[in-house]
Amino acid sequence: MTKGKTKLGHALAYVILILMSVIFLAPIFIVLFNSFKSKLYIASEPFRFPTAQTFAGLENYIGGLAKTDFFSAFGRSLFITVFSVAAIVLFTSMTAWYITRVKNKFTSFLYYAFVFSMIVPFQMVMFTMVKTANTLNLDNLWGIIVIYLGFGAGLSVFMFSGFVKSVPIEIEEAAMIDGCGPIRTFFLVVFPIMKPTAITVAILNAMWIWNDYLLPYLVIGTDYKTIPIAIQYLRGGYGSIDMGAMMAMLVLAIIPIVIFYLFCQKYIIKGVVAGAVKG
Amino acid sequence: MRNNLKKYYPVFVLPTTASFLIAFVFPFLAGIVLSFTKFTTVTNAKWVGFENYIKAFSNEDFLNALWFTVKFTIVSVITINIIAFALALLLTRSIKGTNLFRTVFFMPNLIGGIVLGYIWLLIINGVLQFFGVTITYDASYGFWGLVILTNWQLIGYMMIIYIAGIQNIPGDLIDAAKVDGAGFWGILRHVIIPMVMPSVTICLFLTITNSFKLFDANLALTDGAPGRETSMLALDIYKTFYARTGWQGVGQAKAVVFFIILAAIALLQLAITRRREVEA
Repeated sequence: MTKGKTKLGHALAYVILILMSVIFLAPIFIVLFNSFKSKLYIASEPFRFPTAQTFAGLENYIGGLAKTDFFSAFGRSLFITVFSVAAIVLFTSMTAWYITRVKNKFTSFLYYAFVFSMIVPFQMVMFTMVKTANTLNLDNLWGIIVIYLGFGAGLSVFMFSGFVKSVPIEIEEAAMIDGCGPIRTFFLVVFPIMKPTAITVAILNAMWIWNDYLLPYLVIGTDYKTIPIAIQYLRGGYGSIDMGAMMAMLVLAIIPIVIFYLFCQKYIIKGVVAGAVKG
Repeated sequence: MRNNLKKYYPVFVLPTTASFLIAFVFPFLAGIVLSFTKFTTVTNAKWVGFENYIKAFSNEDFLNALWFTVKFTIVSVITINIIAFALALLLTRSIKGTNLFRTVFFMPNLIGGIVLGYIWLLIINGVLQFFGVTITYDASYGFWGLVILTNWQLIGYMMIIYIAGIQNIPGDLIDAAKVDGAGFWGILRHVIIPMVMPSVTICLFLTITNSFKLFDANLALTDGAPGRETSMLALDIYKTFYARTGWQGVGQAKAVVFFIILAAIALLQLAITRRREVEA
């Protein structure tokens, strides 16, 4: 009897899970097939597949690419994300090691300042941060890396510090006795041990920076559009939207994320769980 | 070793600290000071005391945004966590294909708020046109649109955390409960839920803060329309700063209030749920 019951339970579980999967995937497919429809038919009948009459080929893609300069935006998003994440992983891991190993009033004050910054919403520092960035000439593709390092430091230092506390200090002392200076000790001994945390920190920051809209829009948006800025730019004045170009650009924005996700999903899911448990 | 390392301050700490000063510490302190002044650019600030705060709290847009944000946060936190937990329960039964389902449910989380907003704008307007209206016709459409969107984005994320929590429960604990004759609901109430309280703490924290701070999806989906009725706090603050000359000080005061409310809610929630966590 129990067996029959579990079988029924399994069948029911599958029905629910498949139904939910359809709900989760449908929006992306709807955007995908609408991107091949002539823009007049997108808003008026979004749930119909393209027909011979409504099919527009690559017209939306060509128009959208021209309007948004999407490939440049893609390049900028990639540049900012890669270099900001690299800077965050490198510098915050070094800082976390130092402030955990060198104990004094200054380092513990720094630690609490970093933890505190984690609960401060962006709007609190938005206006003054943008002014500061302008004044210091950080309103360009290299400068924004400094901004991301500074604003993203809180969570990353916190996570690395949590990990360093669990690393036995004897390993580092052995390296020092063998004649390694602090820099070699860090890069040859400590950083390799921190690798799992480094992957988590990299993934969490990459997800944030790649999708971030308001910070880059306010700091560099007028000169350099990233992908989210380019997409928002398609909403013209008075809220009118070229739906054809919009659908095509949404598809182009989603494709790289899906590909990246399918290749790295093991690390992404592990990283998110590890990040949540420590955060 | 300590003394040896100590000298390396410029290498290990300076880059992060200098950036932190530029991008966080200075803007944060300057933000607090400016919230008591009237200014259009930072250099022409004039001290006005609490005037900005008084203006903020007598500003209907702000009060409306505050109430909208609170309602939105309550509804989405409840729906996201219930659905995510239910999916996690289903996916921790020994059935085939759990990895595939997990992959599907988590994917929307990687898509950014702006893109999400326009995906759902198409779909929600598509459904609403059967009734001859659009999402900006009534504030309640925008409200539920944002709830659906946020559910779609965060359910997979929370589900993954709940799955990790459920998998950490020792199997013999559940077996023991079964031997004692506990049914599904009994096990759920007396074993699984108490044991996953650490996950509940994290998921509540993440959903509360994410819902409360929502900006990108709000901007893309409704942009506050109709009128300012579906503006959440973050969007209202942004518009006070950049769409209303002379109101920058009020914008900054609203931002300080926003920060204080968010911090208070987050710390209160952590304190309450942490107390309910039990040791294995």
